[in-house]
Amino acid sequence: MTDRASDNHIPDRLDVGWKPRMLRWETLLFAVAVVIFVFNANASPYFLDPWNLSDATFNFTEKATIALAMALLIVAAEIDLSVASIIAVASVAMGAAAQAGVGTWGLVVIGMATGALAGAFNGFLVTRFGLPSIVVTIGTMSLFRGIAYVVLGDGVYKGYPADFAFFGQEYVFWVISFEFVFFLVMAVVFGIILHRTVFGRWIFAIGNNPVGARFSGIRVERVKFILFVVSGLMAGVAAVMLTSRIGSTRPTIALGMELEVVTMVVLGGVNILGGSGSIPGVVIAAFVMGLVTFGLGLLNIPGIVMSIVIGVMLISVIALPILWKKIRAP
Amino acid sequence: MQKQDADSYGLPTVAEPVLRMRGIGKKFPGVIALADVDLELVPGEVTALVGENGAGKSTLVKILCGIYQPDSGVIELAGREITLASAEQAMAQGVSVIHQETVLFDDLSVTENIFMGQQIKGRFNCLDWRAMHKRAAALLSSLESDIDPGSKLKELGIAQKHMVAIARALSVDSKIVVMDEPTAALSYKEIEELYEIVEKLKSENKAVLFISHKFEEIFRIADTYTVFRDGVVAGKGRVSKTNQNDLIAMMVGRTVNQIFPKESVEIGNPVLTVQGFCHPTEFADIEFSVNRGEILGFYGLVGSGRSELMQAIFGISQPTGGRILLDGAEISIRSPGDATGRGIVYVPEERGRQGVVLALPIFQNITLPSLSGLSPKGFLDLAKEFELARSYAERLQLKAASLSHPVSTLSGGNQQKVVIAKWLATEPRVIILDEPTKGIDVGSKAAVHGFMTELVKAGLSVIMISSELPEILGMSDRVAVMREGRLIEIVDRKNTDAETLVRTAIGTSQPVGGEAA
Amino acid sequence: MIKALLKNRDVVLGLILVMMTLAIAARFPGFIELENLRGIFTDTSILIILALAQMIVLLTRCIDLSIASNLALTGMIVAMINASSPELSIAVLVGVSLIVGFCLGAVNGLFVWLLGIPPIVVTLGTLAIYRGIIFLLTDGQWINAHEMSPAFLQAPRNIIIGLPVLAWVAIGLVTAAAVFFGWSKLGRALYAVGGNPVAAVYAGLDVGKTQFIAFCISGMLSGLCGYLWVARYAVAYVDIARGFELEVVAACVIGGISIAGGIGTIPGVVLGALFLGVVKNALPVIGISPFWQLAISGSVIIIAVVINARQEKTVGKLILRSSHKAG
Repeated sequence: MTDRASDNHIPDRLDVGWKPRMLRWETLLFAVAVVIFVFNANASPYFLDPWNLSDATFNFTEKATIALAMALLIVAAEIDLSVASIIAVASVAMGAAAQAGVGTWGLVVIGMATGALAGAFNGFLVTRFGLPSIVVTIGTMSLFRGIAYVVLGDGVYKGYPADFAFFGQEYVFWVISFEFVFFLVMAVVFGIILHRTVFGRWIFAIGNNPVGARFSGIRVERVKFILFVVSGLMAGVAAVMLTSRIGSTRPTIALGMELEVVTMVVLGGVNILGGSGSIPGVVIAAFVMGLVTFGLGLLNIPGIVMSIVIGVMLISVIALPILWKKIRAP
Repeated sequence: MQKQDADSYGLPTVAEPVLRMRGIGKKFPGVIALADVDLELVPGEVTALVGENGAGKSTLVKILCGIYQPDSGVIELAGREITLASAEQAMAQGVSVIHQETVLFDDLSVTENIFMGQQIKGRFNCLDWRAMHKRAAALLSSLESDIDPGSKLKELGIAQKHMVAIARALSVDSKIVVMDEPTAALSYKEIEELYEIVEKLKSENKAVLFISHKFEEIFRIADTYTVFRDGVVAGKGRVSKTNQNDLIAMMVGRTVNQIFPKESVEIGNPVLTVQGFCHPTEFADIEFSVNRGEILGFYGLVGSGRSELMQAIFGISQPTGGRILLDGAEISIRSPGDATGRGIVYVPEERGRQGVVLALPIFQNITLPSLSGLSPKGFLDLAKEFELARSYAERLQLKAASLSHPVSTLSGGNQQKVVIAKWLATEPRVIILDEPTKGIDVGSKAAVHGFMTELVKAGLSVIMISSELPEILGMSDRVAVMREGRLIEIVDRKNTDAETLVRTAIGTSQPVGGEAA
Repeated sequence: MIKALLKNRDVVLGLILVMMTLAIAARFPGFIELENLRGIFTDTSILIILALAQMIVLLTRCIDLSIASNLALTGMIVAMINASSPELSIAVLVGVSLIVGFCLGAVNGLFVWLLGIPPIVVTLGTLAIYRGIIFLLTDGQWINAHEMSPAFLQAPRNIIIGLPVLAWVAIGLVTAAAVFFGWSKLGRALYAVGGNPVAAVYAGLDVGKTQFIAFCISGMLSGLCGYLWVARYAVAYVDIARGFELEVVAACVIGGISIAGGIGTIPGVVLGALFLGVVKNALPVIGISPFWQLAISGSVIIIAVVINARQEKTVGKLILRSSHKAG
């Protein structure tokens, strides 16, 4: 055996050149966003108006806020399909509290706490009993919205305090809404958590290989539990913003939103099977989906058609790269 | 004994090979598993396929049963060229395989496991369960097994599952039977029965490919041998014309005593002591201790509970009773994190599943268990990470393009170095190595062995699980032998030999080998 | 003997169902009158058929979330054909519903088989797409009872030997499924592929193709239910059976089908569906608002999954046990 230790220097990383960088998912997605932007600007004269653009952000910031937390969960190879139902139950809780005369900040706390609690319930079921999160959250999806129906029936909560409207309707500066600012701040926070902290590294390790992560001394169950609580918490925050924006609560609030949130995350390049993904990708995907929705709206295309577009996007963003690989390597 | 008869009658090999593989090559990313391999199987003869882990035996088996497609070469069955594009085709061509790890269905019945994919059909093209149950019972009783064909597979122990796998291979009337280390999980009595089955297959003029690590076995039942080394054929011939030392020389390409760089190190006080360790289903009443500077070998058959024991010590599973002492003081280990914190680390056997995160870069794998220590505030410090990863990667002579390449791009031996580096980076006091050289090339093997010696020199204690006798005898100071979940004895290496260890491990006082052992 | 029976999940679920029904009947004797029970069974027939469809997919480690959208789209297509050409016979329309359903299921299956996309993603996507297509076809218009032919509406309601055709269809399909799962090579392959895909490959089974076939069958049954649903409720519009896929998954989970694949029985699924059917029909009888139904089925899913997980818990290698059992 020769002693190669002296000449065995391993570089930290190899320079990969510009091509793979350009072909990164985030770069491609950004290009798509630009194309849609230009297309929209050409399609409608109203598009480039700052107030219209600001309006456009409202149709994705709530979903995108949840998508940030969902991205962490999906990277960790779990999923939370109950987020839309958590919004419903959190909104109902706020509605009931408002009825009882609770003030604005009390409502915010109640909405977030309800969300976090619901998330903790998901996390408890998944980690304590080792259940697949898909099934658990399909169950809690029914349960949480069911609770909203039990409390509210076919009724409606209105009569929120006047200043409660701030979270979903007001502007922090010029055309920049509170929702939009909140989303951007959260994007930075989640980006740092996933990409710059030990906790984020654990998430990647768990998503790639939960057994290996456990053998490496990572408390897999605890990390997953925290992620479910965070997902619930973000759904609670989204409930505050959404309720504030529409000013009322019905049990059908945010129905089907989980599909759009998951689509956003997958479109952002997060592997649905876990293990890889990035927050910048998810943020760009949020803008892409917002622009598409807004563009279709300008063209007077009804909402249900939008769901076709989302469904097609969801499948094709996963299918196309696989097809591409299959065609290139026969 | 059979072969002796054949030889004494001076019967030449007249039979034409039923199966002939020529120039078989198979590449995987980063590894050439097989390069230009030839193999012939003759009806009525047992061919032993010998070679170290990672020599390409399993790849050849997977090609034979249609799971892998060779990159080059031809396979001829009875003089006619064939392709084995799927397991179904291989079965249809008359190749049946008993796999090393039982690939069966836990939730289905024994009968269904035996017949899955080749069920017996009755009227209206419906499955004939009655006939299948009957045939399954007959097969199992011909194997002298009392397994109820109606029971679910998950209710059986490992040895019984293996019997089901054997019954499955024998359920079809195949021309070629491949046995991939069939005796690994069997007890002495069952192994004897298996030998009888092999003799019966021979008398039915079937060609048997018998893959084994155990020389006693090869000399007892095989007629011819083929030796693989690093994906090429290193030798072939009649078993009666060779001996164990020659086979070993062919397998490793050098003589045995050169491989193990074991140096004597001064043995200190006990570091880790385990007392009365119990688990509801996997092991019971385990007592042992390992000293400073010592390599304690754990020998036993596959499935004797060694890995399960070590995983319990490491905090992966919770024992039902017993104590762990570190330097004489009792400690409580409830998770791998606790164990690592106490300086006890475990390098697992299943590298890809338990040892590394294949898709993550090398440096991230190496720093994974040490991250909390590296970044007290919870934020990553890449410069520190690279520094730590590099120091261990270079000490272990890791061969990699860069530290940012995913571990999946490395060869098996280098992946194993990453796993070891990752645990050494936590600066442990006791390192448990579970089959540390399984499935890696000879060069990496030597590097790992050399490094073990360095570790004990530096004052660490090493526990090494190994199923390879030369490794156990070459590296350990003392050897603990486990059988069926119990620790049978701990002996000094100087006071034992291969035969005694095997006998203790399989639980018999009868001689195990044939005349050549 | 009794102990062994009580270990059987299906028996326990059956007992719970009977006890629940008797408990309700203790206060509301009308609940177990033949007429009412017949109504409950007929009411649950579509759920039973869809649960069978979902079971086939679940057994292979897949999931089909698009079955309710498939049902709605196929139902709408059949209703439109009937409205425009009422003279076409019911047999033709049933054939159309089977073919359309089959194709919609095959789309799911192809993505899973050829591209290896996770089933949850594919069917979450087609769930939205199929329902969106209904809107494109109809522009949001309803097709009401008066636009459908009487024969179209009547076919599933005809009474044969005391039960409507709809119920007989469910019974027939359950019987067929029992034969399929118990005595056909493909039926057993479904269990093998989901139970241990690696071992299935070694046994010469094509995992992807088997999953594709499962999706095709599931789609076909969903398509059939499309006709049955539209005829039974005498209306077709974009939102019919919206969210019904969750109830179907619930029936399967309650019935003991493992989401991880490879485990499940026909009696279990039928009992799971009947359980939900009894709950749904009992709520108004015992005076609980129907708004409770969603919360109840959600809770039951969770409880059932927890119980399933305990039963499926993987044991270790049983080294100690094999030592005193072997030999």
